[in-house]
Amino acid sequence: MSSVLYDAPGPLARRRETIGSVVGAIVLAGAIAGAIWYAAGNGVFAADHWDVLYDPPKGQSAGAVWSSMVVRGLGATLRAAALAAPLALVLGLVLAMMRTSHLAWLRVPAIGIIEVFRGLPVLLMMYFGLIGMGLDTYLAVAFGLTVYNMAVISEILRSGLAALPKGQTEAALALGLTRWQTLIIVQLPQAVRIMLPSLIAQLIVLLKDSSLGFIVGYPELLQSIKNNASYFGNDYYVALFTVGFVLFLAVNLSLSALARRVQRRTPGARQVVVAPAANGTGPAV
Amino acid sequence: MGFIAENLSTYVDGFLVTLRLTAVSGLLALVWGTVIAAFRVSPLRPLRAFGTVWTETLRNTPLTLVFFGMVFVAPQFGIIPPLGFWTAVICLATYTSAFVAEAVRSGINGVNVGQAEAARAIGLTFGQTLGNVILPQAIRSVIPPLINVLIALTKNTSVAAGFAVVELVATGRRLGVGNAAAGAWVLVGVAIFYLVLTIPLGILAARIERRVAFAR
Repeated sequence: MSSVLYDAPGPLARRRETIGSVVGAIVLAGAIAGAIWYAAGNGVFAADHWDVLYDPPKGQSAGAVWSSMVVRGLGATLRAAALAAPLALVLGLVLAMMRTSHLAWLRVPAIGIIEVFRGLPVLLMMYFGLIGMGLDTYLAVAFGLTVYNMAVISEILRSGLAALPKGQTEAALALGLTRWQTLIIVQLPQAVRIMLPSLIAQLIVLLKDSSLGFIVGYPELLQSIKNNASYFGNDYYVALFTVGFVLFLAVNLSLSALARRVQRRTPGARQVVVAPAANGTGPAV
Repeated sequence: MGFIAENLSTYVDGFLVTLRLTAVSGLLALVWGTVIAAFRVSPLRPLRAFGTVWTETLRNTPLTLVFFGMVFVAPQFGIIPPLGFWTAVICLATYTSAFVAEAVRSGINGVNVGQAEAARAIGLTFGQTLGNVILPQAIRSVIPPLINVLIALTKNTSVAAGFAVVELVATGRRLGVGNAAAGAWVLVGVAIFYLVLTIPLGILAARIERRVAFAR
């Protein structure tokens, strides 16, 4: 292992690292064991905290519990994301085209829309849909996700357009293509391609943010965990939460893996330094 | 617009809570995130593994889930967090630390290898190399992304509204429910207070980024 910080280690350093690693591993394992022991002392691992997942009390079937979480809960989460993601992509594309236009009456409103929606919390946008526009919770959640992510996606596309070599546009214009044709045929296909990893990362953010629906009362995964826990008893929170946590991690990590795969397969994607977007989007937060 | 002026003091109360949440959890996240970043580049495997698991898990977890775990699940372990400000600070700082760690780590990896080689060649230890040579340089390229993390944190404090902290969004919700006629205007007031924070910070980040890029 070599990095900025240290060379490939020699024999003495290797021995020291081995000792350090073993000691560190023991300390870490000890801390984890202590946590588990402490949790077990609170009865967290007892069967009566977990049987909701395979043999629930109150005469319910395990299938009903699982379907309430996976089918209805996770399903609702994914449904909100599935409505918002394509809308955000299309509107983001339109905004990016307006933003890079040389016509001021197209460019200026686009800048305003992008800057405002990027600087506001998604939750506030959801409340805007709910209270301000009188939408139901599903549409309010999708609305909040759409307006925020379209602003971010348009900035991603814009930095993709900015990263293209100037010669591409010049050559297209020299061939006699109009500005519009240049954008559609030459610039955008390349920009979308080099920004594909960032776009997928942003879709992961969108999916994560759909859990904000819990706060505005949209019956998604977290809400189904809470409902189950209030029906079967608070003791089951650990088991139910673990399932929800694993579901979220599984979906998001597989999307992250997809993003990495796409990045490896896209020629030129690595050379482009994805500049942290100027206003408050930056890394996928 | 008249509605916003009439309820200005209520808005300002909410705004101050948002500011305090951002400042306190931002500071904690900065400290802990830097520690995690140091873990991730350290020669010791267990520390590296801990840092990797910490950042990857939190980056792929929704913030709402972190709050949910703290408020509803932690009591099952016998930890009963006081509902309100400090619980929100812990959740926000924990979540944000992962993003701080990523920003700092990429800054560290961005420093020229020759710098570190020279530092080692004159006999500096790992700690000295990191503290006296690498970090002071890394900090410069790390500041713009860190400001972006801070902007995201400012917006993320709104999640606390769902867990019994009356900050800006919760204030807007209360005012909105109490004054249905004012409707959307109530939330426009909230939006203005957020933009007052996020847009100048964004401009600052862009400006620093240009200057650092020039200096390189």
